[in-house]
Amino acid sequence: MDAISRVAGRAIPFGAKNIDTDIIISSKWLKTITREGLGKGAFETIRAEPGNVFDDPAYADAPILIAGDNFGCGSSREHAAWAILDMGIRAVIAPSYSDIFSGNAVKNGILPIVLPQEAVDRLMEVARDGHNIDVDLETQTVTTPFQDRFAFEIDPFRKQCLIGGLDEVALTLERQEAIGTYENRRAAAQDWVAAGTNI
Amino acid sequence: MASRPRTLYEKIWDDHVVETRDDGTALVYIDRHLVHEVTSPQAFEALRLSGRTVRRPELTLAVPDHNLPTTARRNATGGKIPIDDPQSAAQLAALEMNAPEFGIRYIGDADAEQGIVHVVGPEQGFSLPGTTIVCGDSHTACHGGLGALAFGIGTSEVEHVLATQTLLLQRSKAMEVRVEGLPGPGVTAKDLILHIIGEIGAAGGTGHVIEYRGAVFEQMSVEQRLTVCNMSIEAGARAGLIAPDETTFAYLKGRPMAPKGEAWDRALAYWKTLHTDPGAEFDTSVVIDAATIAPTVTWGTSPEDVVPISGHVPAPESFADEGKREAAAKSLDYMGLTPGTAMKDVAVENIFIGSCTNSRIEDLRAAAAVLKGRSKADNVRWAIVVPGSGLVKRQAEEEGLDRIFLDAGFEWREPGCSACLGMNPDKIPANERCASTSNRNFVGRQGPGARTHLLSPAMAAAAAVTGRLTDVRELN
Repeated sequence: MDAISRVAGRAIPFGAKNIDTDIIISSKWLKTITREGLGKGAFETIRAEPGNVFDDPAYADAPILIAGDNFGCGSSREHAAWAILDMGIRAVIAPSYSDIFSGNAVKNGILPIVLPQEAVDRLMEVARDGHNIDVDLETQTVTTPFQDRFAFEIDPFRKQCLIGGLDEVALTLERQEAIGTYENRRAAAQDWVAAGTNI
Repeated sequence: MASRPRTLYEKIWDDHVVETRDDGTALVYIDRHLVHEVTSPQAFEALRLSGRTVRRPELTLAVPDHNLPTTARRNATGGKIPIDDPQSAAQLAALEMNAPEFGIRYIGDADAEQGIVHVVGPEQGFSLPGTTIVCGDSHTACHGGLGALAFGIGTSEVEHVLATQTLLLQRSKAMEVRVEGLPGPGVTAKDLILHIIGEIGAAGGTGHVIEYRGAVFEQMSVEQRLTVCNMSIEAGARAGLIAPDETTFAYLKGRPMAPKGEAWDRALAYWKTLHTDPGAEFDTSVVIDAATIAPTVTWGTSPEDVVPISGHVPAPESFADEGKREAAAKSLDYMGLTPGTAMKDVAVENIFIGSCTNSRIEDLRAAAAVLKGRSKADNVRWAIVVPGSGLVKRQAEEEGLDRIFLDAGFEWREPGCSACLGMNPDKIPANERCASTSNRNFVGRQGPGARTHLLSPAMAAAAAVTGRLTDVRELN
């Protein structure tokens, strides 16, 4: 994944709550065997509505999406993160996310920022008025041209992965010895687990 | 041992931590991995591109389920009937190729054991108490009904598990959902979990693993427990758990991949330690009085939008939260419902009995018991039963349930995910209603414009008979 430390530019003022991953990318788009090209299927039912924010030229190529509570709830489909990334989004700002979606986002170089509703409301206003928003992952702040400054929390490991563009599989493969030690210990205590489909 | 009292979740978690990083992230060992065709192709491709292998292929089981048509898959001579949709066919072909290439056991469409991964895992004894189970599917929470820590993962994590048999995780918070007392007759596991989701809210369980506690869960069969845990994700919780007990052990004994002989005895001794210790503390507790729970249906486009069958379509103004008022208005518009309408007056054109939530033999028995000697109403255009696995289908046929469904005007299909999410040809047409035993009533979930009402198998059968949402207790 591409490393990420700062995202600056226009933001899509979406804001709807409980947006499930079926809305982000519906099941007909899940039949792909690659990760690419899903942006055109993103938010399809919403894009069918006239005047929707996603097709508003004012927010074309915006790298930030402002969303509502419980964004990305429902299915575990990583296609939701792939679709958003393919739209050019590198940071999402919302009061909360589903656990699976926020994990999928980070693994694809998308920064899921959690801010209180009041801060999200203020950023929606700034975005609607056509101003840029600046996200700095190093300092963990979101700022606007109007002296707004919102600090956000992020898990240190996630931050490290995003800034370094790290491949988690490669990181864990460096720990193979520890995994082997665990497997041996486990096999001694609970041999019945290890059989799996070989029984 | 004078150790601190722990919750069931903590016990399973502690037993699977390989190591903890300085920043608090834990490397957690995964005992069982289920793979289906939709969320795995990119993971296998990534392994191929990086020259990585599968660390422990015997801990992964691959089963196609989402795209498979539920009509006949083989012709009279056993040859494959081609799948019309080239993308579905390509995705299924990818799994059929990837599984053997990486040494993974594959249960294919021609095998009697094929079915929905979350039905196959417990049925084969692959899913076991006290294990960590993952799958690229959010309804993996289902296996918590056996006392396993089971949760859905994304495709990058599928790749991570294939390559390392571990995941990098933060420990979740522990939530207790304690149901006090027992519900009345006609109230099923599905009604209970729908009611619970309504109480907690679609995001109420975010960041938590739920343990369901109380006599009602202790008295449930394993299949009912699987139904409850299955929908934990609809309350935002990544996993749900019910402590394993004699019911669990009796269910598992003798299943093909369950431990045998002395290994069984050793497993059993461990499984008996898997319960929340007296005095253990939960981060969050929710207490629900079972007596207040009626057969429950959904009215909107979030699983939290529940109402007793005796209730009415709510008015958006009735919600305290402004966001919810807006969402409710949109939902009602999509659903074509007017506030104040009695739920029992809502006519349905389609009935779907199936999905990883409600497609097991007990579900089919419950629906058949209602349908026996009855027929679907004339306004019900399409009614289908999709058994959760080939073995469920065979069992149902041995019991004559297929005849009851067929006589009532239902179609009797081959196993798979089917109209729960419409990745195969089983879709609900736009602006039509479906009384569905599945788990999600999201916009477009069962097909573009489809209107879903979630309910139990018995309630779905009752709706088929009357052609509208119906209190099954009144039908009987």
